[in-house]
Amino acid sequence: MNQLSRRQIAWRAAQDIDNGAYVNLGIGLPTLVSDFIPKDREVVLHSENGILGMGPAPKKGEEDPDLINAGKGLTTLLPGGAYFHHNDAFLMIRGGHLDLALLGAYEVSEKGDLANWTVEDPSTPPGVGGAMDLAAGAREIRVILEHNTKEGAPRIRKQCQYPLTAPSVVKRIYTNLAVIDVTPDGLVAR
Amino acid sequence: MIDKQVKNIAAAVAGIKDGSTLLFAGFGSVGEPVELIQGVLETGARDLTVVCNNSGTGEVGLAKLIKERRVRKLICSFPRTSDSHCFEEAFAEKAIELELVPQGTMSERMRAAGAGIAGFYTKTSAGTKLAEGKETRVFDGKTYVLEKPLKGDFALVKALKADRWGNLVYRKSARNFNPVMAMAADVTVVQVKEVVPLGALDPEIIVTPSIFVDRIVEVGT
Repeated sequence: MNQLSRRQIAWRAAQDIDNGAYVNLGIGLPTLVSDFIPKDREVVLHSENGILGMGPAPKKGEEDPDLINAGKGLTTLLPGGAYFHHNDAFLMIRGGHLDLALLGAYEVSEKGDLANWTVEDPSTPPGVGGAMDLAAGAREIRVILEHNTKEGAPRIRKQCQYPLTAPSVVKRIYTNLAVIDVTPDGLVAR
Repeated sequence: MIDKQVKNIAAAVAGIKDGSTLLFAGFGSVGEPVELIQGVLETGARDLTVVCNNSGTGEVGLAKLIKERRVRKLICSFPRTSDSHCFEEAFAEKAIELELVPQGTMSERMRAAGAGIAGFYTKTSAGTKLAEGKETRVFDGKTYVLEKPLKGDFALVKALKADRWGNLVYRKSARNFNPVMAMAADVTVVQVKEVVPLGALDPEIIVTPSIFVDRIVEVGT
């Protein structure tokens, strides 16, 4: 079967972002989406550490150690961008001001339950970061993930095996095999 | 005359003692008050409760405090980062207690402490393991979780510039947790690159007003 590469999944997800949207891209695969936003659209990227109007990675020689993204990589600010403190950054997330959060996931259920913060391995500490705030607070949640695990097990399941980040929040799923909507009647491939 | 500037790091962290609750600002190493945390190491204080978004990197600062087993409890959103082996070792040995808190809840709990709010309801974590044991309430058909304020004995903060009253401005994404932590402790200690004359900071752009600040130390970075 023909499969999309990680960059192709990111490209596909980028095509669905509206002009004028305020968007948070999760760390990992979703970060790639910023490379593919269509040229005719202006999208404002939010970062949980206090940035709106985040730009691409800096060119060589233009790096600023005080300007990082949520994944702690160096980033830039576009004209029109702003800095603010953590409480305002999360007020934007929790207060329903973000149009869209595009997140990575371990698993999604057919009801749109999201699991992306812990695999419950007792030897490694869990980390939640801003995942639960985004999942509960953004106006729309879409997820990007590989359709199956490396071992071939499905990541889109009747019920998530891993602890939830939030129940019934995911509206659309992008994978290397399909674009899937979570609807009241179940999962629908687009 | 008000002058909150102190001579050195030791004077800035004076009063931190065994059992203190400390708020460490910063997101990763950006905006982290490195010199003040080094000062905490030198106090010898143990049995600390530390509130910090991450768990320190390498073997300096918070990571070293944890390595020396002087942190009893870490309240944190994302303890596992690229070089957090000191925390991971302590965690695996059960030598440190971890309270994992969603990042926005952690920030809002400190704002509540600073604002005199006894508790608040949030949708974040509703229906998850992190809400287990917490009171919930349904508003307009949605479930919210009751969260309590989070207050420090000391907040350690990094800013770009201060005046002698303690008005603060920050630099780019190094602002992060600094302003909210500055509001949320009995004693707020700030390290700054530069202390400027009173009146030199544009009042329209002061981010942390001086009322939240108790001590300032100039560190040159």
